[in-house]
Amino acid sequence: MNNNNPKPEFSPEAKTLVEKLMRRYPEGKQKSAILPVLHIAQAEFGGWLSVPVMDMVAEVLKIQSIEVYEVASFYSMFNLKPVGKCVIEVCRTGPCWLLGAEDIVAHFEKKLGIKVGETTSDGMFTLKTVECLASCGTAPMMQVGEDYVENLTLDKVDSFISDCRSKISEPVSHWNRKYIREHEKIKQ
Amino acid sequence: MKRLLFEHINVPGIQSLETYKAHGGYRALTKALSMKPEDIVEEVKKSGLRGRGGAGFPTGMKWSFIAKPPGVPRHLVCNADESEPGTFKDRYLMERIPHLLIEGMICSSFALGAHVSYIYIRGEMMYVYHILEAAIQEAYDAGYLGKNILNSGYDLDLYVHCGGGAYICGEETALIESLEGKRGNPRIKPPFPAVSGVWGRPTVVNNVETIAAVVPIVNDGGDAYAKVGIGKSTGTKLISACGHINKPGVYEIELGLPVEEFIYSDTYCGGIKNGKKLKAVVAGGSSVPVLPAHLILKTAAGEPRLMSYESLAEGGFQSGTMLGSGGFIVMDEDTSIVKNLWNFTRFYHHESCGQCSPCREGTGWMEKILHDFLDGHADLEDIDLLFDIQQKIDGKTICPLGDAAAWPVASAIRHFRSEFEEYVKNPSGIKDVKHYYRIHNMQPA
Ligand SMILES: Cc1cc2nc3c(=O)[nH]c(=O)nc-3n(C[C@H](O)[C@H](O)[C@H](O)COP(=O)(O)O)c2cc1C
Ligand code: SF4
Ligand code: FES
Repeated sequence: MNNNNPKPEFSPEAKTLVEKLMRRYPEGKQKSAILPVLHIAQAEFGGWLSVPVMDMVAEVLKIQSIEVYEVASFYSMFNLKPVGKCVIEVCRTGPCWLLGAEDIVAHFEKKLGIKVGETTSDGMFTLKTVECLASCGTAPMMQVGEDYVENLTLDKVDSFISDCRSKISEPVSHWNRKYIREHEKIKQ
Repeated sequence: MKRLLFEHINVPGIQSLETYKAHGGYRALTKALSMKPEDIVEEVKKSGLRGRGGAGFPTGMKWSFIAKPPGVPRHLVCNADESEPGTFKDRYLMERIPHLLIEGMICSSFALGAHVSYIYIRGEMMYVYHILEAAIQEAYDAGYLGKNILNSGYDLDLYVHCGGGAYICGEETALIESLEGKRGNPRIKPPFPAVSGVWGRPTVVNNVETIAAVVPIVNDGGDAYAKVGIGKSTGTKLISACGHINKPGVYEIELGLPVEEFIYSDTYCGGIKNGKKLKAVVAGGSSVPVLPAHLILKTAAGEPRLMSYESLAEGGFQSGTMLGSGGFIVMDEDTSIVKNLWNFTRFYHHESCGQCSPCREGTGWMEKILHDFLDGHADLEDIDLLFDIQQKIDGKTICPLGDAAAWPVASAIRHFRSEFEEYVKNPSGIKDVKHYYRIHNMQPA
């Protein structure tokens, strides 16, 4: 995996996107691009941010490494340790909770044999809980990669897990790959 | 019922510029560009539009505060960070009718004299990010963005910026810090963003729904907008309704609609799920005080409660609440207020940026004590202790997240004290071992 490489580098398509995004902010304010760029980095390097990857981002943005660590550790979307191919993020906040989020989480834990925050031993699933994703009208819900999976039931959880097991060959959690692909269509 | 934003929301293809235009879209843009910027600000003032992000500050007034030092660029930043629990109207609007927001952004940027504007969207809504990017591209291609828009001589670049997952970045100064590429720590005010915002430049931050409302205001004039609604609550409001109701969803209501009609009419929430009784409502997103059924339907004086800034606030914090973001969370008779409060408090503790000790420490203590109630380890004195802690947070912090954490606790104790007492007096009756087990598994990952 790229994370073991002492000097990671963006792929050419990602590099083009990073440069485009940096131009969206005034001269000398390229640090503003840090969150978008970290999303790209996370997509490029296995769904998480290692120290060498963050150092590389610092170099690209011409800022100190510590400025990147500071930011990456503050925001919940950045994983600072390796994750599975499929990262399941179940919403656990009030409205989802009222409609059974706790049962959904418990069911995932039982089915996958892991606790929240852990990854299955085959490296397939990571289970996380997250805060309100602005989808409370279709509670309970979860996010997997870029997709919202809504109106969850225990049956839906079961079929989701078996679907994933049969279909995943490439990581689905790394929605940022899609982020890069989608961006290629946009000229400005 | 008048719909100003969602009149065409169900038209197939309204996501595209072509269909949006066929239904009257971008008329406001042409009109705005023929007006003087200060006249648009004047119309917005006349409309009585109040910020839809939660605080309800008059938008026209906010715009008129923007500093105009010569040679310094100004910015408009749209707050699309929507993360207040119970609120999902902005996501719905952007997903369904993205050009309404973009048209509003262009008109508003023109009124403010901004030439580069941003939409700060929360990172989790990446699929909406793509929808906005594609819509913005269409607008560029049509000549609605970029240089010399529709030959008016006005230039504007509009960019989407994605966040990284942090509730606090919805607070406008934290959002600005985040846009600058830093941790989302709210700034001490003054200076206000209108004087020194992003990169030290004069900045206006407005909610998605606020910006969208500028479109009908430009089209029909501020006076026409002010005729809709009731008193100082002018216009329409998007309400996202969730919880134990038959028809959760986003509804555009005319301000002044009776709460009872909103909950029970089939046009809106369609009543309580499974024929249960209503127990309580959090009317404006998780941060506002919770009210028991009798106080959400009628004020303490016995008047019908209306969906408006004033009516919901009637009775102050003793017996009223707030319209807030319009996140309407309904709880049925089987809901445990204590357990729900624990969840919200846990949320605020998790989301506190940690700059102020009352917020950082206080939310943690409240979470711990509420956990003791659920656990069967609390004493009666803990109720007063909780009340005391929330009082020591309320109004004593840099940003209103502290208040947002305190108010739900104060109101739950005020209106549901006997439920807290029940958890103490009869722990074996209430203690649900299953829940206890699960709560322990719901610690932050
Ligand atoms: C903790 C906290 C979270 C907030 N979250 C949001 C949000 O997600 N969206 C929003 O528009 N305003 C949010 N606000 C309110 C903003 O600070 C600001 O008042 C608003 O964006 C101004 O826009 P408006 O005048 O159009 O309402 C939040 C405020 C606080 C204190
Ligand atoms: S009140 Fe809480 S969230 Fe707001 S600045 Fe203080 S510590 Fe941060
Ligand atoms: S509480 Fe789960 S999406 Fe809002």
